[in-house]
Amino acid sequence: MSVLLSLSHVGKDYPLARRGPFQPRRTLRAVDDVSLEVAKGETLGLVGESGCGKSSLARLIMQLEAPSQGSVSLDGMDLAKLGKSALKRARRDFQMVFQDPYASLNPRMKARAIIAEALHNYGMGTAAEVAARVEELARQVGLGAHLLDRFPHELSGGQCQRIGIARAIALNPRLIVADEAVSALDVSIQAQILNLIIRLQAELGLTLIFVSHDMSVIAHVADRVAVMYLGRIVELGDTDTIFSRPLHPYTRTLLAAVPTPTPAARGRRTAPAGEMPSPLSPPSGCHFRTRCAHATALCAEAAPALREVGGRSVACHHAQTLYLPTDAPEVVHA
Amino acid sequence: MSNIIDVENLSLEFLSGEQRVYALDNVSFSVARGETLSLVGESGCGKSVTAMAMMGLLPKASARITSGRIRMAGTELVGLPERQLQQIRGNRIGMVFQDPMTSLNPVHTIGMQIAEAVRRHKPVSRTEAMQRARQMLDLVRIPDAGNRLTAYPHELSGGQRQRVMIAMALACDPELLIADEPTTALDVTVQAQILELIADLKAELGMSVLLITHDLGVVAATADRMMVMYAGRIVEEGAVERIFARPSHGYTAALLRSLPGHGTGRRGRLTEIAGTVPRLDRQLASCLFAPRCGFAEAACSASLPPSRQVEAGHRSACIREAAVFDAMRDNDIVKGWTS
Repeated sequence: MSVLLSLSHVGKDYPLARRGPFQPRRTLRAVDDVSLEVAKGETLGLVGESGCGKSSLARLIMQLEAPSQGSVSLDGMDLAKLGKSALKRARRDFQMVFQDPYASLNPRMKARAIIAEALHNYGMGTAAEVAARVEELARQVGLGAHLLDRFPHELSGGQCQRIGIARAIALNPRLIVADEAVSALDVSIQAQILNLIIRLQAELGLTLIFVSHDMSVIAHVADRVAVMYLGRIVELGDTDTIFSRPLHPYTRTLLAAVPTPTPAARGRRTAPAGEMPSPLSPPSGCHFRTRCAHATALCAEAAPALREVGGRSVACHHAQTLYLPTDAPEVVHA
Repeated sequence: MSNIIDVENLSLEFLSGEQRVYALDNVSFSVARGETLSLVGESGCGKSVTAMAMMGLLPKASARITSGRIRMAGTELVGLPERQLQQIRGNRIGMVFQDPMTSLNPVHTIGMQIAEAVRRHKPVSRTEAMQRARQMLDLVRIPDAGNRLTAYPHELSGGQRQRVMIAMALACDPELLIADEPTTALDVTVQAQILELIADLKAELGMSVLLITHDLGVVAATADRMMVMYAGRIVEEGAVERIFARPSHGYTAALLRSLPGHGTGRRGRLTEIAGTVPRLDRQLASCLFAPRCGFAEAACSASLPPSRQVEAGHRSACIREAAVFDAMRDNDIVKGWTS
């Protein structure tokens, strides 16, 4: 399969205010040396907890932020090198669906105008053509035509998210980045929106980057998964491989902590001790070593690079050993 | 086992202008001493309203309890004067809310906020209250409690803030802790920590817990019994093991089927619950889930199905209960609980 999106050593540093007049300016490294490729038509799941850099990475891909290091290329074209008008043209190819269905829609615009806005911005035909396209999009996302003349506050969360999706696909993009697109929705509505996204992806041949903190949602939609911790990808591979046999101690911890409606979950202690360290002063070497039961001196010295172990890429010095079956816990439990 | 709280036939409506919303309809349940009871349902089903009614925290101007009783170990809470209610709220019933950031006061230290909760209910000095606050921070496993007393909420992580909320709720040794979506705003590993903390404290302090959540995984991990709520009614209730093994209401079945990652296969079609939650602007005359239910037949819309016993301790308000159970036998989640 051919590669659509390629990230090469992408990093993002945010400068922070000085603490005092003679203090050095601190920086927060939100994304640290991320390299990955997404094939045409593929769904990549990006998982991790708050502050792991998944949303920052999504914003870098969307060109809402410029990377501090590395490059983001779509179809071999480095997006950072494009001028303003060329970037605007390129933006037709990548669109975003946001988390909060209400906050991401203009409350003063009716559904019809919200969906049409992108079409107007790109001069996609006459008023009549735009109107016809909006109705077609509404049909595609399962939004009743009578709802097009309502304001966002008159619609349910699920209906608003359908508008958000219609707006994202209006320009026939090739890549959609969905940042926590179903996180704010109830399970029954979540199922509707997931079904819709999967159907549209097949119909329109979309490539999808699905950012979520919800492991079961990622397990459902993604072909491949990237697990992030403190700005770095710690494990990357096929969804089935990673979910059936996670290798990185963080991935294992994360998957074990998900409460599942199974009898095995009853009374089981899965919580790791401690909290994620501040991204302002991440631990040296492997960022997860302070919470990891397998950490050795080596983990403090050198940051592990992503390497191939057991059919996926994993950034752990001890991945080879961990690949062998064991009963030892991954972390010190709370 | 004796009950710590009994809610009987509680009906509640909200009035705004001419509009009337029937928020709760004949809600009855009891929380036994030492038990964790979970209340499950989607947004707007009445979970939080139930909790707020138990705490006497609903706005007096618009919310009206039209019938029913809430009794806390013999004391009737409905209609109790505000002064007496204050003696119960925070003292005998503690509550933890979803969003720890907005429930804490940003301009006071956490020590002061916990001490305030203590002084409100117990005749103790400032110093004693502060000592109690320190003990509470230790109890909820906040490291370096002595120094953290002077921290402001913004200096703490989300998980620690929720620990502070729990410390505050437990400062007066309540007999019942109501936790309303206590982990919804938290990451999974932090969620696991908070749920384990609540379970540990429950055992240590011998209190009862009413856990409100929308997450069936959380219910399975922590609760003894559960109630499923839809459109202001409890539609199914029973022991957690029994409801998962023998779901007996169309809505419970629909919730179980719509969870991703269980038997649908990757990218397989998830079972949607068609339509949306009904408006509650008239009194119930039929099963309100019937229009969205895959099991519904004409009789479901004809009259309001009463809650009936399916098996010992397991009740359901569904006339299609047998068909639901039959259809759910091969559901992956159900199979996990029956084998």
